[in-house]
Amino acid sequence: MSITYLEAIREAQYEALREDPSVFLYGQDIATFGGAFKATKNLSKEFPNRVFDAPISEDAMVGMAIGAAVEGARPIIEMQFADFSSIGFNQIVNQAATLYWRTNVPCPITIRLPSGGTAGSGPFHSQSMEALYAHYPGLVIVTPATVEDAYWMLLDSVKLNDPVIFCEHKFLYYHLKADQIGDRELPIGKARIARPGRHATIVTYSAMVHEALRAAEELQLDGYQIEVVDLRSVKPMDTDTILASVARTGRLLALGEAFPWGGVTAEIIARVTTDGFHLLDAAPMRLNSKDTPIPYHPNLWKSHRPTTSTIAAALRRLLRN
Amino acid sequence: MALASSINCVETDLTAEFRDQFLLTYQHMLLSRVLEEKLGSLYRAGGRIVGGVYLGKGQEAFSAALGVQLRKGRDIYGPLIRDQAGRIAFGEPIIDTVRTYLGAVTGPMRGRDGNIHRGRPKEGHMAMISHLGSLLSVVAGGLFARRLAGTLADSIGATSIGDGGTSTGAFHEGLNMAAVEKLPIIVSIANNQFAYSTPNTRQYACENLVDRAAGYGIDGMTVDATDLASCLKAFRAAAAKARAGSGPQMIVGTLLRLAGHGEHDDASYIPDKARQSPSARDCLQVAEDYARDHGWMSSADLRELNDEVRRNVDQTVSKVSKEPAPDPFKENWQALSCAELVEGQHEA
Repeated sequence: MSITYLEAIREAQYEALREDPSVFLYGQDIATFGGAFKATKNLSKEFPNRVFDAPISEDAMVGMAIGAAVEGARPIIEMQFADFSSIGFNQIVNQAATLYWRTNVPCPITIRLPSGGTAGSGPFHSQSMEALYAHYPGLVIVTPATVEDAYWMLLDSVKLNDPVIFCEHKFLYYHLKADQIGDRELPIGKARIARPGRHATIVTYSAMVHEALRAAEELQLDGYQIEVVDLRSVKPMDTDTILASVARTGRLLALGEAFPWGGVTAEIIARVTTDGFHLLDAAPMRLNSKDTPIPYHPNLWKSHRPTTSTIAAALRRLLRN
Repeated sequence: MALASSINCVETDLTAEFRDQFLLTYQHMLLSRVLEEKLGSLYRAGGRIVGGVYLGKGQEAFSAALGVQLRKGRDIYGPLIRDQAGRIAFGEPIIDTVRTYLGAVTGPMRGRDGNIHRGRPKEGHMAMISHLGSLLSVVAGGLFARRLAGTLADSIGATSIGDGGTSTGAFHEGLNMAAVEKLPIIVSIANNQFAYSTPNTRQYACENLVDRAAGYGIDGMTVDATDLASCLKAFRAAAAKARAGSGPQMIVGTLLRLAGHGEHDDASYIPDKARQSPSARDCLQVAEDYARDHGWMSSADLRELNDEVRRNVDQTVSKVSKEPAPDPFKENWQALSCAELVEGQHEA
């Protein structure tokens, strides 16, 4: 018996609906159909009148969730793909993110973004939006990389009294499996040492955690022990855990699948160089996707995003410095 | 089946109850006008009000006629820029307006936002953001949640927009969603002919904005928004239908903005022809004449009411002027309600 990352997301929503009658689900094709990825499979049957199909109106979906939250509900909004949340961008960053600060009324909504690239998905079904949302005050941005985190962080997100952007990675949906969902280990806001090491630190999140772990395996053959920090949430970012890791290794590679300009990896480097410059034995490095839209063909797509081999190559350069 | 109809006030409908509502609404309109004149003069005097002042002059009847149908604490109201009168009618105390304009820390927005961007969501008064049309789905969402929780009962929602705001995607998405869910919401469209400086001819291509109601599958009505009696009749009918489960109700009011977009704007782009048209009538004057003609108010009553309203406004402004401005050192600078997740508390 095993459970996939995608099933964990479904189970977390089942549990959220079961635990709290104020939780409801709203999104395109999520009721009888069970969602484009089946993340809400059977939930409308198990919870009648709690799971609703939405029109293709991401702006109105988010606005509706905000109004419902003011009334005490805890809606979970499913964007069919993270990319389409750009249509709801205004409601997310200007209405939801500012509501508490402006009016003292919290806005407990969870917006699920099926994020990141998979082969063949192309420019508009592959994006990683976490940096955009993290830029705005008033949002919590979580990026689970494990089956356990997909489950527990989604449940925790629904319980938070603030708007949460839940970036779930589509590449992990079916490939990532666990024997069972273990206990909740860390709260939102704490990073995890995914692999201990002493020669260099990779700080990353979401699907790139697994690429980083594979690159670390590869480097081990050369005698290097690479530490991998899984941020789990990019905002808040657990700067203490990052700095503690860099203090142990003296070398930093900030890794992300998102576009290179600004973003999470730039934030990691900025924090380490401003708060921990003295800990560094070499200039820190960044690795992101290329600065183009995300390509369709697998040959191009594999070269667009960081992979185990490009990460390993970056690590080797970092270790030579 | 959508219904586009026009409301004309027929003399036989003038019951005592209607008269009372008319006079009450007129008082809200007058208070709004006097308050806004005061805010305008504070703005022109300089120093007291930072940012802009946005007046609802000419729109008081249309705005207040909606607000007066709503019950604070039970209905949800999402007013927009020119709804000072509607907000008063809904039950917002004018001290909230003044505190927000002056940025007082005692006000609902505590200096964090100003002027028309204010509300008390827990009392059903949504605080608008500047992005037009985006409040429609929020009001709809509140109603949706109540229906899920079984607490909707006969409560309704209402939100306002102008001719320009109907061109936004948010307006379309929100209204379509509200129609699909058949939510009890009134969407009031004040067609004041100019969105800032842009005339109707550059804003939409249908003959009348109410034609769009049929496309959404909802009821729509037009009304002469300079005429309080007609506005009251229209919104009373709309509120009754919404409460009875007939779904969204669109009301399009025709009028002219009798001020600039804000007090910084001299509205020189409004042609004389528009200023001389019937839609440029001052709704406050029309309502006064109507009340006097029906023997509901004498000139002496009007003078007395005017004096009382002016005293109220002056006292409120004077009180707020003595209240503390926000102190950046006492501000907690937290955008999240969960303090443990707030970043940036440790910077140098």
